[in-house]
Parts: sequence; C-alpha cells; structure tokens
Amino acid sequence: MFQDPFDPKARLGCSCGEHASQHDHDIAERQKLAADEEARDSRVVDAAIVRALFPQDATRRAFLQAVGAGTALAAINEFFPLAAAREAFAQGTGKPEKTDLKVGFIPITCATPIIMAHPMGFYSKHGLNVEVIKTAGWAVVRDKTLNKEYDAAHMLSPMPLAISLGAGSNPIPYTMPAVENINGQAITLAMKHKDKRDPKSWKGFKFAVPFDYSMHNYLLRYYLAEHGVDPDKDVQIRAVPPPEMVANLRAENLDGFLAPDPVNQRAVYDGVGFIHILSKEIWDGHPCCAFAASKEFVTTMPNTYRALLKGIIDATAFATKPENRKQIAEAIAPANYLNQPVTVVEQVLTGTFADGLGKVQKVPDRIDFAPFPWESFAVWILTQMKRWGQITGEIDYAGVAKEVFLATDAAKLMAEVGLTPPTATTKSFSVMGKAFDPAKPEEYISSFAIKRV
Amino acid sequence: MQLSLGLRAALLSVLLFVLFIAAWEAAVSGGGKAADLDPEYAKLMGATAVTGASAMPGPGEIGLKLWQHVTDPFYDNGPNDKGIGIQLGFSILRVLLGFGLAVILAIPLGFLIGMSPLVYKALDPYIQVLKPISPLAWMPLALYTIKDSNLSAIFVIFICSVWPMLLNTAFGVASVRREWLNVARTLEVGQLRTAIAVILPAAAPTIMTGVRISIGIAWLVIVAAEMLVGGTGIGYFVWNEWNNLSITNVIIAILAIGVIGMVLDQVLGWFARLVAYQE
Repeated sequence: MFQDPFDPKARLGCSCGEHASQHDHDIAERQKLAADEEARDSRVVDAAIVRALFPQDATRRAFLQAVGAGTALAAINEFFPLAAAREAFAQGTGKPEKTDLKVGFIPITCATPIIMAHPMGFYSKHGLNVEVIKTAGWAVVRDKTLNKEYDAAHMLSPMPLAISLGAGSNPIPYTMPAVENINGQAITLAMKHKDKRDPKSWKGFKFAVPFDYSMHNYLLRYYLAEHGVDPDKDVQIRAVPPPEMVANLRAENLDGFLAPDPVNQRAVYDGVGFIHILSKEIWDGHPCCAFAASKEFVTTMPNTYRALLKGIIDATAFATKPENRKQIAEAIAPANYLNQPVTVVEQVLTGTFADGLGKVQKVPDRIDFAPFPWESFAVWILTQMKRWGQITGEIDYAGVAKEVFLATDAAKLMAEVGLTPPTATTKSFSVMGKAFDPAKPEEYISSFAIKRV
Repeated sequence: MQLSLGLRAALLSVLLFVLFIAAWEAAVSGGGKAADLDPEYAKLMGATAVTGASAMPGPGEIGLKLWQHVTDPFYDNGPNDKGIGIQLGFSILRVLLGFGLAVILAIPLGFLIGMSPLVYKALDPYIQVLKPISPLAWMPLALYTIKDSNLSAIFVIFICSVWPMLLNTAFGVASVRREWLNVARTLEVGQLRTAIAVILPAAAPTIMTGVRISIGIAWLVIVAAEMLVGGTGIGYFVWNEWNNLSITNVIIAILAIGVIGMVLDQVLGWFARLVAYQE
C-alpha cells in the first residue's frame, strides 16, 4: 500500500510495516524479546523446583508421566508460589537485596528443614546469612513475623491462612511457600496405662494437645470419636505447651497427649510414657507445619526470597532421603537448635525408635518432609473445625481452601505462561479407613456420629 | 569462751546448708532399680528409664554443671545458645533501662502528686487500676503495639516498676512534717528551693523504699517477660532449659536469679542508708 507522502496526517511506517514508526517497532521488538526470556526463565524455575522435589530422575519421570506436566505444576503451585518465584527470576539473577535474615522457629522436629538449613549450610550456599531464632510460642512467632522482627518463620499450617484472612487482626497477605512436614506426631500415654490400649477404656482421661487450632487437636478428636469416645464429654482435652506435657505426664497430671516430636520420644526416653500410635496410623501423609513469609517480603525482596526458598527447598529435598537423617539429627540436636539429646532426635528422624513398652520399632516414614498441601487438606481441616464447633454457619470450603493455597493466582499465571491450568487441585484420601470426598464436606460432617453441629 | 554472735550465726548457716544438701542427696539417690532391658532398646533410652535414676538431679550434678557455667560464662554459639553470663547481662541491661525510665517518670510525678491534693485525687483511680496488672497481661499488648520484642520487655518492666516508686514518692512528699514547711515559709524560701532543700531530703528515705521495692519487682518481671518473648536473657535461658527438661540448668538459673536480685537490692539498700537521717 502506498501512502500519500504529501498528506500531513500520514504516519511514518517501520521496517516491518506493522508499527507506526521505527521507534515503536524497536520498543515492540524489545518487549517480545523480554517476553521470550520471561517464558524461558519460567521454564527454568519450574524445572528447578520439580527437580528439587524429585531429586531422583526415575521418580520424577514416573511422576510426570503419571499425572502430566501441567497437573504436576498445578500441584506444585499449591504450596510453592511459582508466580512469585518466576517473577523473582525474571528480575535477573541479581544479588539478594538483603543478606542478613532472621527466621523464627519452634523447637520441634516439624521445623527440621528450616533449622538444618543453617548448620548444614543450605542458606549460605545461596548467599544468605540466616539467623534461625528459637521462639517461645506460636503467638509470639505470629507477632514477631507481623512486626517484621522475623523475615520468615515456621508456623502451623493454618496460621498463614488465618493471618491472610485477618482472623484476629488486620488482614495481611501471607504466602505459604512450603509445607514443612507430613506425619511426625504421636499419641503418648502414661506408663500406668500400658494395658489400656483400647481407646474405649479411656473415659475420664486427661489429654493434652499443643494448640487448639492444630492438626494435633483434630487428629486426637477424630481418633477418640471413631472409637466412640466423645472428646468433649468423656475426656478432657487441654492446650499445654509441649515441654510441660512430659512433666505433667510424670506428675500423673495427664493421662496422655497427641504432640509433636521430640516430645513423644522424650517421654519414652525419660521412662514416663509409651507411644500408643503414630499419627500416620490415623491419617498417613497428613500435613502439619509450614514455612511462611509475608507477601510484602516476597514482592519487595524477590531475590532474597528466591534465595531463601531455594535454601529451604534444598534442605527439604536433602531431608527426604533416609540415609541423611542421622546426620541431620546430629546437626539439629544441640542447644542452639532443638536442645535435646541426639539419640531422641535421631529416633524420631530415622524411625527406628524405642516405643516405651520394651520394643524397638522400625517405621522409616514416621516423619517425612516432601508434602503436597492439596486443597483437600484444607477442606478436611475446615470440616473438623466445623464438626467441633470452632467455626459455625455457612462455609465456602472450596473458596477458603483456594484462598489458603493461592490456587487462583497460580492458575492465572499458568495460563499466562502458556500452560494449561489444572482442572483438579484436590485429591482424595482416607482418615482411619474412611474416605474423604473434598467435594462433599457437609455430607462428610453429617456422617459422623459424634459431632457438635 | 563465748564466740561472737556473727561467728555463731555463720556456723549455723553452714550447718543448715550441709544438712540441706545431705537431705537432698539422700532424697534423690535412694530408690530406683536398674530396669531389665534388652541392650539394643536400652541404648535408645535415657538414664531415668534405664538405671532408675531419679528425675531430680542431685546437688553433686548441679555443682558440676554450675562449675561449667561459672568457668565459661560468656561463650556464644549463635543466637540460641549463649553463656549464662551473657544471658544475665542482657537481663540486667533490660531491667536497668526499664527501671531507669520508671525512675525518671515516677519521682517527679510522685512529687507533683504529693504536693498537690488535687492531682493526687485526680490520678488516684488510674493508679489503683493500673497498679495490680500482671506483667504477663501487658506483654501481648506491648508486642502488638510497640512491634519490637526487646522494647516490649523494657516497657513491661517500666510499667510494672513505676507504681511503687510513684506511690512511695507521693506518700513521702505528702507526709513531710508541717513544721518544716512552715519554717521554710517563714524564712520566705521559694517553692522550688523548698522542694529541693526541704521536701526532697525529708522524703528521700520513703522514696528510696519505693525504689527498692521497684527494682525487686523489675527483676521478678524480667524473667517472666523473657520467658514469653524469648531471644536472650535469663528468662529465655530458663524457658530453653525447660524445653530440654533440664532441671539441673533450671535450678542453676534460679540460683543465679536469686543472687543477682540480692545484689541489686543490696546496692539500693546502700543508697538508702546514704540518704537516711536521724530526727
């Protein structure tokens, strides 16, 4: 097409003819190049994460073949903010904006990846000088993270959700980039009850859990109710700080508890209790603790965030291997971290442990560290909150679950980088042999004989 | 020959100490038989389960541990493992800061309250309500609003140690003898000079009593506050060793807290004697 060169309104073209001017053309070219680079970086990030999660090539290939790359990434999206990671990567492999970081933790084995990354050098490998700081309780961890004394912290998995939703405070957007551990809890009973292994005979018992809003509380209640013991009427359940649990068990002030390790193993080690069952026998693969950081931290310091998360993911991958567990136990047992006898920590991590009744048990997956926080996990937790009257009224189960795991953001981002957003972000599982369908939470609640609704 | 009273008291003190330690040792070493355990299993168990040792440590064990702490009080193995000397240092620093702030506020304000019945009556309800609040009740509020755990601990010490000083100062100032004030008035001494030259020396012993009560409270509060916020300090040390169920270290910390508390009180007692007067 030929333009009239004498027309004052005529526009100057560019070399390709698609742009108004050469200048516009150059800008567009640059944008296109940047977009290409971004897509490549996204692929790099995705690949790195998948590799970190499944360090063994055979396992990774089998997994990807089984579910397809799209679904796999969707699943990873659940607990890993791919969006933020890609964004961080897209800004180049720049140096961390801040290298001295503070990460808070509670001294229990659930925090293993966060703690071990310090003595074993996973943080320094990624150019960070991270101080891991032992903290006195969940509420203090929350407050210190909110007031920015900590850059990131170990939390119970419902906590980032509560903070994001503004339960009890102003809503502050939170991210939960990694779940810390699956399994790793147990029901411990006082020695005097070693012949009362049938929960039906537990009426009148006094139990302890570490926190009202915890997996510990829901699992114990579920277990008792399945055996016909009403957790509110037939027994007493109180929130007790873990170290006091062992002392109270010794003083015969408690009959048992469902607690995080190393508390259970410590009770056995001190000869005051025995392990009745591991929490994996109630629900194999249940989630427990989380690694959390504020969205503000993620967006204002993307390079730091990337490096920190790389360190944690690295440590998590290292911790999944059984052959590394002894070494980890030795690294995290000293006073600076868990402050426990090495043999206690080792028994928890290796799964070869004294059960308190004179037997040495071998359960290698007593605790594990590579969990998928499926949305259905959140839905299950919500059903139990409702079942026991902690929340009431209409609950948008799927909606809240999505909010926690940021699946909407993830899906949007996946579409942007040319991946097919997943059609399913939930999986079904069973708790004590009873299958859970995340699509029918209300039916699930009403199927229980013992409930508060 | 009759020994002096001081010497006899010292002997009695030593005797009581020896008796106490002996009774303690006897109480924890008795009982407990070695359990009949499979050796592989026994390796995974602690001493209390295997040999039937008492869960309560004996005085020997504590002495040994105490020696370790005393000989190496300032080691630093990272943020969560510091020597007991460093922990005590942090606690004392926090107490002195919070307590210093309380002195700065309480003594002038107490003066004002003591000199003006109007101000006294106006502020009294607030003081009465604020005085009995436990440090642990202030802590969450402080953490939430101040947004710094170290400053929160200092604030809690300040708020808990300010009341006895305030009330004692007010009481001391208000009960300065009328005659002295009348003499000052007859001599046409100015208000400010009356306050400094007459009221302050007259009220000083009462004020010092308040200050002494306050430092005791501040030292009580710091342990509770540090147990709650963690980080550093002797309170954190107790919490950390409690996590480990190390009764030995908890007892050592209790001893250290007692000794430092006594030293703080003695120092202020010495100050109190300086300002005391004989009528």
